[in-house]
Amino acid sequence: MEWQRNKFGSSLAALALAGFVLAASPAVGEDAASPGADRLATSVDPPILRVCADPNNLPFSNEDEEGFENKLADLVADELGATIEYTWWAERRGFLRNTLNAGACDVVMGTPPIDFLTPTQAYYNSTYVFVSRAEDAIDVATLTDPKLRDLTIGVHLIGDDGANTPAVHVLGEQEIVDNVVGYSIYGNYDEDSPPSRLVKDVAAGEIDIAVVWGPLAGFYAKHSETKLTVTPLEETVRLLPLVFQFPIGMGVRKDDHVLKDRLNAVIAKKHKAIEDLLDAYGIPRV
Amino acid sequence: MGSSKMSTQFSCLRLGLRLTAASGLLALPLPMVSAANAQPNGATANIERTTVKFESGSPETVAMVLNDRGSSRKDKAPRSSGGKNDSGSFKIRTAQTSQTDSASPEETGAANIQDQSNGSGASRAENKSGQVQAKKAGGAAGSGTVAGAGGDLTELSKDPNQWVMPGKNYAGTRYSELDQINADNIGNLQLAWTFSNGVNRGQESIPLVVDGMMYIVSPWPNNLFALDATTGDLKWTFEPPTARAAQGVACCDVVNRGATYADGKVIYNTLDNHTVAVDAKTGELVWRSKLGEISNGETMTMAPLVVKDKVLVGNSGGEMGVRGWMTALDVGTGEIAWRAMHTGTDDEVLIGEDFKAPYAWMEGQDLGVSTWPKDRWRTGGGTAWGWITYDPELDLIYYGTGNPGPWNSNQREGDNLWTATIFARDPDTGQAKWAYQTSPHDLWDHDGINEVMLLDLEIEGDTQQVAVRPGRNGFMYVLDRATGKVISADPFSKVTVYEGVDLETGRIIPVAEKDPVLGKTITEICPAPPGAKDWQPTAYSPRTKLLYVPHQTLCASMTTSEVSYISGTPYLGATVDMYAGTEEGTRGQFMAWDLVKRVPAWQITEEFPVYSGTVVTAGDIAFYGTMDRWFKAVDARSGEPLWQFRAPSGIIGQPSTFMGSDGRQYVAIMSGVGGWAGAIAAAELDGRVRNGALGFSGASQDLPAYTRGGSTLMVFALPDSGGDAASLGASGSSEDSEAKSDSGSRSGGDTEASGNANADEASGEEAADGVAAQ
Repeated sequence: MEWQRNKFGSSLAALALAGFVLAASPAVGEDAASPGADRLATSVDPPILRVCADPNNLPFSNEDEEGFENKLADLVADELGATIEYTWWAERRGFLRNTLNAGACDVVMGTPPIDFLTPTQAYYNSTYVFVSRAEDAIDVATLTDPKLRDLTIGVHLIGDDGANTPAVHVLGEQEIVDNVVGYSIYGNYDEDSPPSRLVKDVAAGEIDIAVVWGPLAGFYAKHSETKLTVTPLEETVRLLPLVFQFPIGMGVRKDDHVLKDRLNAVIAKKHKAIEDLLDAYGIPRV
Repeated sequence: MGSSKMSTQFSCLRLGLRLTAASGLLALPLPMVSAANAQPNGATANIERTTVKFESGSPETVAMVLNDRGSSRKDKAPRSSGGKNDSGSFKIRTAQTSQTDSASPEETGAANIQDQSNGSGASRAENKSGQVQAKKAGGAAGSGTVAGAGGDLTELSKDPNQWVMPGKNYAGTRYSELDQINADNIGNLQLAWTFSNGVNRGQESIPLVVDGMMYIVSPWPNNLFALDATTGDLKWTFEPPTARAAQGVACCDVVNRGATYADGKVIYNTLDNHTVAVDAKTGELVWRSKLGEISNGETMTMAPLVVKDKVLVGNSGGEMGVRGWMTALDVGTGEIAWRAMHTGTDDEVLIGEDFKAPYAWMEGQDLGVSTWPKDRWRTGGGTAWGWITYDPELDLIYYGTGNPGPWNSNQREGDNLWTATIFARDPDTGQAKWAYQTSPHDLWDHDGINEVMLLDLEIEGDTQQVAVRPGRNGFMYVLDRATGKVISADPFSKVTVYEGVDLETGRIIPVAEKDPVLGKTITEICPAPPGAKDWQPTAYSPRTKLLYVPHQTLCASMTTSEVSYISGTPYLGATVDMYAGTEEGTRGQFMAWDLVKRVPAWQITEEFPVYSGTVVTAGDIAFYGTMDRWFKAVDARSGEPLWQFRAPSGIIGQPSTFMGSDGRQYVAIMSGVGGWAGAIAAAELDGRVRNGALGFSGASQDLPAYTRGGSTLMVFALPDSGGDAASLGASGSSEDSEAKSDSGSRSGGDTEASGNANADEASGEEAADGVAAQ
């Protein structure tokens, strides 16, 4: 990339002074935007932060820009003096392939460290949690609690063969099967924020308890009319290689170290503002 | 695997039996003509671009459909589906001929009007059958067939000059009686014409040939193209408003396996769960029925089969908790006649009094519920994305169901009926006659959707009516097709995860040490998840008594350790890493299997999985394509390579062969790599990530060094004695297309059509003479 070879280094101030480009439409078409190829950047003004996001996935993001990842993008863009341009795409199979790695946009605002991208520093760590109705006073904090055999347990399920949310694996190993209800993580995309159905069904009494990724649980519990209890999973270390806590950072294309450095600088500098943002959305952290 | 899908927990209930009202559409195409006439200008005079809205689509939706992908950075991706995406528009583009630009707009329009009014009137059905009749006069005798399409079809499918259904005939043998091209002259085989459908994704569609026209379906957005089968002239294009969002739901590239013909209509499925019937002459929509929901993860990729007055179609999406089904539609109206679910109660599965299980373990009430943990059948998979065959004597259809899903195997204890199962059903009612589950409690994504070929084999002196199933699990099943009992089941590729098939009980025996345990790496899983043979169909020659099997020789290791992320939820994925399963490091094979001796007659090793279908002819030639861009012809008896052609892109399509109106035998195949196996070359997966494309990338990382995506139909023939093929095509084209315009109006004895029919009859002999002369 052109501006990767400049002498400005990663200092934000210096780059801002130089009127750098955060990102620009690849001068080459998608066809040529194979991962690993240098992307051409042309100077545009003002610089644009091109964000890949799901238009229907609160609390993370939506097309009305109400999610905490939308707010975080605002914060980052503000800090970089950039304007935001979204590429909306449902987060399901092919999301990264069709957005970030097709060169259609340059950053996903929240991701664990995964193979298909380069993650920034994590800006929070969260955990899978139990969600139950407060009135039921279900006191369960581990996946090996015998009480789970007598509860209707909701879990998210994934489509790939042999892949599932970690709790599903643990329950299956214990032959806790019949009382487990699977909710597709994709859900019905005609509904609002399909993954939230799992938490909403706890509130509605459809299931007794759910094992949910923390941010989703925290946000919907916070806004639930039925009072819900959110309990982080405990004693998970002995369940290795399964993990239940994940660091979440932003993600850029594998070769986009310049943007990664820049985002890391924002994360370091705006730590307090990010913490406040996460608190406002009820995101449980560990 | 085959297809992907997801759903909320009980979303299957939503599938219901919905129909998009299609009846009102029939009258619509007429106004299009005047719309086209209203703006005659030089540039558009030759191509009528017509847009008709059906249902009340918002302009935005229409724009989205028309703009296609990549044009806007602000694409609001798969936000909605269902109702919203159903609306929109479809387009028919009628190419009026001539590179010479001679037709005036008025003339073009007039021709068009005539064309379309003839095609759309209430008398359409009669028109068609009349025409078919005329055609057949030159072919088989005794045409007095039923009002439904099935009767005609039985005869039509026997006409070696045409190719009217994907499997060539109801038995699915993909055997052609044409013998003009043979071992002696195939060295002269050359390209006659080509055509690009414009979509560089996996091309699995078969070139269908009916009454001198060729029909091909593109990958999403599933446009249908009608071409003069001899000259390659584009006659019309049908562009349905296939929902853009469907692409994000498909598991394994956005493929389509082609169309079928019946009753004057070309019928096929679109990725967004519609079956469409299009007038074979004019390209007008006859009906369009909605059968499923992409928002719940369903797609449709298979090629339909028409039996009597029913169009049979199935869904895709087993990975993500779709409930599989087979559905019959009325060929005239597109209304649903019956639907058989592949999990659930006997009432839903259409298991009734007629049903007789071949083995005791498949006897009992509501096994589609009781062989699952509570309610797990509701998201249990078992889709039907493969092939259907039909035995007119027993009056039974045959097909297989896909893998169970979407849970880990330890979350679905039990046999998980009726996934990975072969069904025999009554085509009129859908009632099951028998069912045989090839992989109870499937662990390895060994779907049971592969073709069920119907043959009469001489086994130990007796002629037996059998169903042959080259299984994804690596076993060559020979079943009694009246009862579903296993006659033999022999491994035809390397198999390490099963001990064998117990012929007493009919059950496959898994190898215990290969049981997938959490956190443990299971190595040497053979066959790998795509199986020893995937969807790519085989062919059988009654002359050689051999079955021609394109397949892959892949093994895999699998470990649950990789962190992945979807939609706000981190999870632990399984890394499925596929690799060449042979010592030589090769990944594919084209094999001839002797069904009587139950051993391979010969094998041809290929670098990559042989992911294309095959056809075998009375000239004793078998054709197949490779992912490294070769279209090959081999001696059907010896396997000796005879001819090959370097294609623009890797081949994963299905070849067909037919007789042109010029009396030459043609062979057609789509070139364009993709599909599950080739997505790495077509869909820009990162080859450095070995487990991309659900693990297939690991076994095809070097594919981009051989090929990129493509979209080219290739049609081959022997050189014409009067000149080379290219010049013939050029000089013949304008005449042909004029004649075709006329024939479109079908004003009685139009020369083209009748000439065609005569040619068909005579062609066999003429061809033989021509060959002899050479």
